[in-house]
Amino acid sequence: MAITAEQVLHVARLARLDLTDDEVERLTGELGAILDAVSKVSELDLSDVPPTSHPLDLVNVWADDAPHDSLPLEDVLRNAPASERGLFRVPPTG
Amino acid sequence: MTWEPVIGLEIHVQLKTRTKMFCRCPVGFGAAENTQTCPVCLGFPGALPVPNSTAIEWVVRLGLALGCEIAPRAVFARKNYFYPDLPKGYQISQYDLPSCINGRVLVPLPNGDHAVGIVRAHLEEDAAKNVHVGGRTGRIGGADYTLVDYNRGGTPLVEIVTAPDIHSAEEAKRFLQLLRQTIVELGISDAEMEKGTLRVDANVSVRPEGSDELRTRCEIKNMNSFTHIARGIEAEVERQVAVWESGGEVEQHTYDFDVATGTLTPRRAKEEADDYRYFPEPDLLPVEPSAALVEQLRAGLPELPAERIRRVGETLDHERALVLVTGGLDALWRDTVAAGAEAVAASNVIANQLVGAGVDPGGVDPAELAKLVEARERIPRQAFDEAIARVAEPGFSAAPYLAREAVSDAAALEPIVDAILAANPAQVEQYRGGKEGLLGFFVGKVMKETKGQADARAVNELVRTKLNVDV
Repeated sequence: MAITAEQVLHVARLARLDLTDDEVERLTGELGAILDAVSKVSELDLSDVPPTSHPLDLVNVWADDAPHDSLPLEDVLRNAPASERGLFRVPPTG
Repeated sequence: MTWEPVIGLEIHVQLKTRTKMFCRCPVGFGAAENTQTCPVCLGFPGALPVPNSTAIEWVVRLGLALGCEIAPRAVFARKNYFYPDLPKGYQISQYDLPSCINGRVLVPLPNGDHAVGIVRAHLEEDAAKNVHVGGRTGRIGGADYTLVDYNRGGTPLVEIVTAPDIHSAEEAKRFLQLLRQTIVELGISDAEMEKGTLRVDANVSVRPEGSDELRTRCEIKNMNSFTHIARGIEAEVERQVAVWESGGEVEQHTYDFDVATGTLTPRRAKEEADDYRYFPEPDLLPVEPSAALVEQLRAGLPELPAERIRRVGETLDHERALVLVTGGLDALWRDTVAAGAEAVAASNVIANQLVGAGVDPGGVDPAELAKLVEARERIPRQAFDEAIARVAEPGFSAAPYLAREAVSDAAALEPIVDAILAANPAQVEQYRGGKEGLLGFFVGKVMKETKGQADARAVNELVRTKLNVDV
C-alpha cells in the first residue's frame, strides 16, 4: 500500500476533516490507488528531464500594476454564511 | 563562561504597489472593510492569479541592493494551511526557487564593517486581518468569534531571511535601521513598523564565546519597534544563558515579547507545526527576468545608505554619520556644509534641533540653514529655536532672526564698533568736539559692516556709549 491509515489521518487533521473509521479505510485504499498510478512515472528514466512546474512552455506572464474595480461589498458577502458590519464572521480561531 | 548570542532575522516588507500581488484590487489603508477584494483575493473557485509586474521588478531591485544573486528562474509555490485569514487554504509564496539568494550586506559599525549574509529574499502574498471578538482579552484565546477583513489579503510582501551572522541586540538594531532606510530609499515600501509594513521576527540562540556551534534557537515575535526588538533579543539571550548555566537545555519555542513588562510569553505550540505541503503553484508560470532587465535595474540603483554612512563617516564620527543617513538627513547636511556651515555643528543642528522640532528636511533651503548654524552661538536661543521651527516654510529667510543678535548680545557688536571708531579717528575727534550729528555716520558704518543685520537701536546706544566714555 502506498499510503498508511496514519498518513491519511494526519492529512485529514491538516485539512480539518473529521473522518470516521470507515472513511479512513476507504480513503486509504482510494488514495493508495491514485499514488500507485502516479508512481508509474518513476518507472521511466527521467534523468535528462528538468523538473517541470508547469505544462505550458511560457514564462513571465505578468500584469501592469494598474487597479481594476473591486467587487461590490454586497457580492463579496453574498455567499458568506455569516457577516457583521461588512466583515466575514467565522468561528473563533485558536 | 562568556556567551555569544547568535541571531538571524526574518523580515517581512509590505510593498507599496498600487495593486495586490495576484489581482488588481487596490492596496491601501483606510478603505472600508472588504471593499478592496475580488474573486482572486477572496479565493473564489476558478479565479486565477496574475502576478504584479511592479512587485517582481521591486524584489529584484531590493535583491540587488542587498548584494543578492538574482535567480534566472523563480517559481511560486502553494504553502498550505487552514486559517480564516487565508481564503484559498494556501498562501502563494516563492519557496525552493526564490527570486534572490546569497546576498551580503556590509553594516557600518563604529569599529568597521560587519557582514550580514542574506540567505534569500522572496515574494509572497500577505494574509487578511482577523479581529477576534469577545472572550477575556479580545486576543485569540477564548474569543467568541472572529471577523475577517480581506482588504490586506493578497498585498505583495517580500520576506528577507538573514544568515545567523548577528551577534548582539545592538548589531541587530543597526542592521535593521540600515535595511529600513535602504528599502525606503528604493521607494518600494514605507517600511513602518507601527503600521505593520515592516515586521521583524528574530531567531536567537547562544553559544560559548569562541565556539562555532549552533545551539537550539528560539523565535521571538510581536515586536513593533527597533528598540523593542533589541530589548526582546536581550531578554531572550538572558533567558537562554540562565537555562544553560543552570544545567538545563534550551527547547525550541516561539515567544511573544511583551514590551510593557519586558517578559517573553511562549506561544501555544501548533499541533501540526510546519507541515505546509509545498508544491509548485500550477496557476502561475515561472518568473525568468532577463539579464537586460536585471542590469537595467542594477544601473538604476541609487547610492545606498551603507556607502553614504561610510562617506559621511570620513568627515563626522560614525555615530553622527549613522544618525544622519538612517534619518534621511545626510543630503541636507551635505548641502548645508557646502553652503558654509561647519560640519559637526550642522550635523548637531540637523539631527537634534531640526528633527526635534519636527521639521521636514526636504523643505529646508540649505543656504538659510547654514546661516542659522553659523549664528547659533551669537543669536538669542529663542530666536534660533523660532527660526529652526520655521526653516522649512516656503521663502524662509534667516535674516530677521540673525538681526536679533544685536539686541541681546552687545558683546558681538563691540569689536565691530571698536574697529569702526579706530578706523575713523578724525570723525571721532569731531564728534567729541561737539558735532553730535556724526553719530549717524558711525551707526551707518556698523550697519554696513554687519550687512544690515544688526539692531540699529542697539548699535546707536553702543556707539554713543563708546564715544562718550572712551575719551
